[in-house]
Amino acid sequence: METSQRQLTPELFEPVGEDFKDYERIAGPSIGFWRDSWQRFKKNKASLIGLVVIIALIVTAYVAPLLVPYSPYAQDMTRGYLGTSAEHLMGTDKFGRDMFVRVWEGMRVSLYIALLAAFFDLVIGVPFGAVSGLLGGKVDGVMQRIIEVLNGIPNLVIAILVMLVLNPGIVTISVAIGIAGWTSMARIIRGRVMQLRDQEFTLAARSLGAGRRRILTKHLLPNSLGLIIITLMLTIPSAIFYEAVLSFIGLGIQVPKASLGSLINDGYQELRFHSYLLWFPAAVFSLLMLSFNLLADGLRDALDPRMRK
Amino acid sequence: MAALNGNANVEPNDDVLLEVKDLRISFSTYAGEVQAIRDASFNLRRGETLAIVGESGSGKSVTARSIMRLNPEANTIVRGGEILFDGRDILQLSEKQMQSVRGRRIAMVFQDPMTSLDPTMRIGPQIMESLKKHLGMSGNRAKERAIELLKLVGIPSPEDRMRQYPHQFSGGMRQRVVIAIALSCDPEILIADEPTTALDVTIQAQILELFRELQERIGTSIILITHDLGVVASTAHRVAVMYGGKIIETGTLRDIFYNPQMPYTWGLLASIPLPTADRSLELIPIPGSPPSALDPPKGCPFTARCPYAMRICAEEMPEFTRFSDEHRAACWLHHQMAPNVEPPARIGGTR
Amino acid sequence: MLRYVARRLVIMFVTLFVIITVTFFISKALPGTPFADDKLTPQSREVLFAKYGLDQPLIVQYAKYMLQVAQGNLGDSFYFESRPVTQIILEQAPVSAFIGIQAVIMGLIPGLIFGVAAALRHNSVIDYTATAIAVAGISVPSFVLAPIMQYWIGFKWGLLPIAFFDSWAHSIMPSVALAVFVVAIVARYVRSEMLEVLGQDYVTLAKAKGLTYVAVVGRHVLRNSLIPLVTVLLPLVVGIVTGSIVIEQIFAIPGIGTLFVQSIQVNDYATILGTTIFYSTFFILAFLVQDILYAIIDPRIRVA
Repeated sequence: METSQRQLTPELFEPVGEDFKDYERIAGPSIGFWRDSWQRFKKNKASLIGLVVIIALIVTAYVAPLLVPYSPYAQDMTRGYLGTSAEHLMGTDKFGRDMFVRVWEGMRVSLYIALLAAFFDLVIGVPFGAVSGLLGGKVDGVMQRIIEVLNGIPNLVIAILVMLVLNPGIVTISVAIGIAGWTSMARIIRGRVMQLRDQEFTLAARSLGAGRRRILTKHLLPNSLGLIIITLMLTIPSAIFYEAVLSFIGLGIQVPKASLGSLINDGYQELRFHSYLLWFPAAVFSLLMLSFNLLADGLRDALDPRMRK
Repeated sequence: MAALNGNANVEPNDDVLLEVKDLRISFSTYAGEVQAIRDASFNLRRGETLAIVGESGSGKSVTARSIMRLNPEANTIVRGGEILFDGRDILQLSEKQMQSVRGRRIAMVFQDPMTSLDPTMRIGPQIMESLKKHLGMSGNRAKERAIELLKLVGIPSPEDRMRQYPHQFSGGMRQRVVIAIALSCDPEILIADEPTTALDVTIQAQILELFRELQERIGTSIILITHDLGVVASTAHRVAVMYGGKIIETGTLRDIFYNPQMPYTWGLLASIPLPTADRSLELIPIPGSPPSALDPPKGCPFTARCPYAMRICAEEMPEFTRFSDEHRAACWLHHQMAPNVEPPARIGGTR
Repeated sequence: MLRYVARRLVIMFVTLFVIITVTFFISKALPGTPFADDKLTPQSREVLFAKYGLDQPLIVQYAKYMLQVAQGNLGDSFYFESRPVTQIILEQAPVSAFIGIQAVIMGLIPGLIFGVAAALRHNSVIDYTATAIAVAGISVPSFVLAPIMQYWIGFKWGLLPIAFFDSWAHSIMPSVALAVFVVAIVARYVRSEMLEVLGQDYVTLAKAKGLTYVAVVGRHVLRNSLIPLVTVLLPLVVGIVTGSIVIEQIFAIPGIGTLFVQSIQVNDYATILGTTIFYSTFFILAFLVQDILYAIIDPRIRVA
């Protein structure tokens, strides 16, 4: 140990008053779960970029049409197949429609799908899973069977079947997602609720007389928030992807409306001579998927309680 | 709490096996540098059990891992100090050299037996791994030895148990297996990091008894990391008290329990519920929580929670005062200019 | 263990039953009817309807159909000249299977390598690159990748044939397009599993035994990481099947995917039903296989 060089005066040995005892400062700021996660998230450059890109895409999707005087549906056969130019940032298609506007309309469709998937996840998936996990027993059994069966039917099949009955279009896709898109969220929430239910703090709350509803809202759900966010972030890209695939094979959004998937298909048809019709929507779509996936990964890493060290 | 004379009979000699000098270890994290160990010095004699006592966050586990160099390489920074073993500084050894030390000369038992064993490998091979690597034993010989070891730690029908998986063992049994693994190559030092914390009290007693027996029989030196003074009382020869990354008092078992010299140690002793104590005396828990390792306090780390704190405590770290050959503590109360302070009645009355 | 398997089988059958029922009724609700060819007179149509039993009440049709299916007969296609659906499926399935399996083989090894390397060298350049590739592989859909490949490799450079299925060379691009997805998903799973395992106590214990890095990873880490890998089987299968529907369109491969899409476009009920049932059975079987595999490999389930 180092020897103190200073002169030791008697005052130094006076007892210190109560006011000095600021435990908090010495103990260090207790970083809450959210702040800690946010800090971790910030460190992940890739997901930050993802977040920024998504925001940029969202903004552009709504702002872009205002910047350009063309409507996504206005045809002008005399201006077909024009390449990129200052007027038509992404060129025109076979019918002389401005691609730029169409691409962003397609993006709006994808964003709508994202919102929809999130909505169903939260409105059906979470309650379903939470109730199932909390109540257990027979109720859980029945609910679980339902999920297993729904899960067993491949999403694609459900989507297509719905598509067959109702005319292909935005409504049908919405219905399809509403039927089967929330099952993974339900399963995950159920698992989490069951895990939490068995932990001591639930027991503590119950012994204090908390009713089931209270336990659910004040204890179980807040503790599952991280998991909910993570799962949401994973369902969204796959929902967007599914819509695109369906539109690509012609079972989704129909002409004249535009979806990134259908645009890509159209572009694909023209690949030989007008490849730009493919590249633009493809690039935008890939960018969207990429950013969402990066964001999802980043959020998962940040919110994962096991990674807290 | 078991009787204090647990190990008073076995007299360890003066042969120093391990010497930790002025150890300072930090971790670099996304939040900054975490100074886990700010100054630790102690030594371990052959055949004795040294207990390192402290709260969670005091740095004791890090100390244990540092001796074995098991800290994550990527973000561990050795800020200073030496760990001398067999004439060499462990901190300077190459990874390869370290591998011949680990398991062979120094071995470790971890806290949670439920996660310490590979769930997909049978128990037998997990024990035989070290035997084959360090002692070069053949398959059959290793098997025999493994069975002997299982018997040694008190596991019935070892021949059958060898072929089972960890999930087929109870918590206490698993810990015994972990101990068997640790002892397999007759290490000179056994480091036990909170070996009984995850077990219930009855099993705890069994495991501690096992440690005592093994020490008697084989003469292994043990470093026992714990926060439980009851465990210390029943197994240790000497004790080192750790707080805020620093070792603040060391001494023999009697020194610490009958003549503690630091308010923190007093606090620790006072917060043990004693069945025999005078019920009129209050249980005195120590209020507050340990200091932040990210932004450690300048002076004595215990200042914020110390009922006897003086101004100088917050500004400078006190030096160690020697009370005997073995006993030393670092506290400003021992300075000639400090007021005279009596330890709380509860401590004095503990017999 | 046996009870476990039995339970899964029961669920499987129930699910299949539900699917077939639902599909049946849905396909009946389809707008448009088969034989919509204008050249047919109403009488001929009636005859055809009677021949295919389409004039009977729905319930009867349903019952008959279920019985039929139970016997493995999926009916006759309306579109493809009355050929039994089962036969058509059996003809075209192997094509899709070939491309799919080839894709898995092509993708599994690189995926494993990337994943393991990324986990072992966490937060290094290797990790970032591998993760980047994995994320890209999942994000860029096959229907974007495939045309790109067709354009450059097939069209501009003329290296490989771009359509149809006349030789093995024809299967390369489709399989590669699918394989990218495989690599991405496998790498991701392996990486995250390994990272979790690497943080476990028993790995630290293994190090504490003085084992070399190679031994620790080889003997303890790998085994515990790869076992959960079985759970990637299902998303993998789903992805490949979905992907192949698109790929087959793009590369004009005569597989099940094209059959499916075609049958939808011409309202060929029998084939739609048939392929749906086929797909569903396939998925459910994959699910079952995954569950069983898991039970076999993980000693905690096997030796309960």
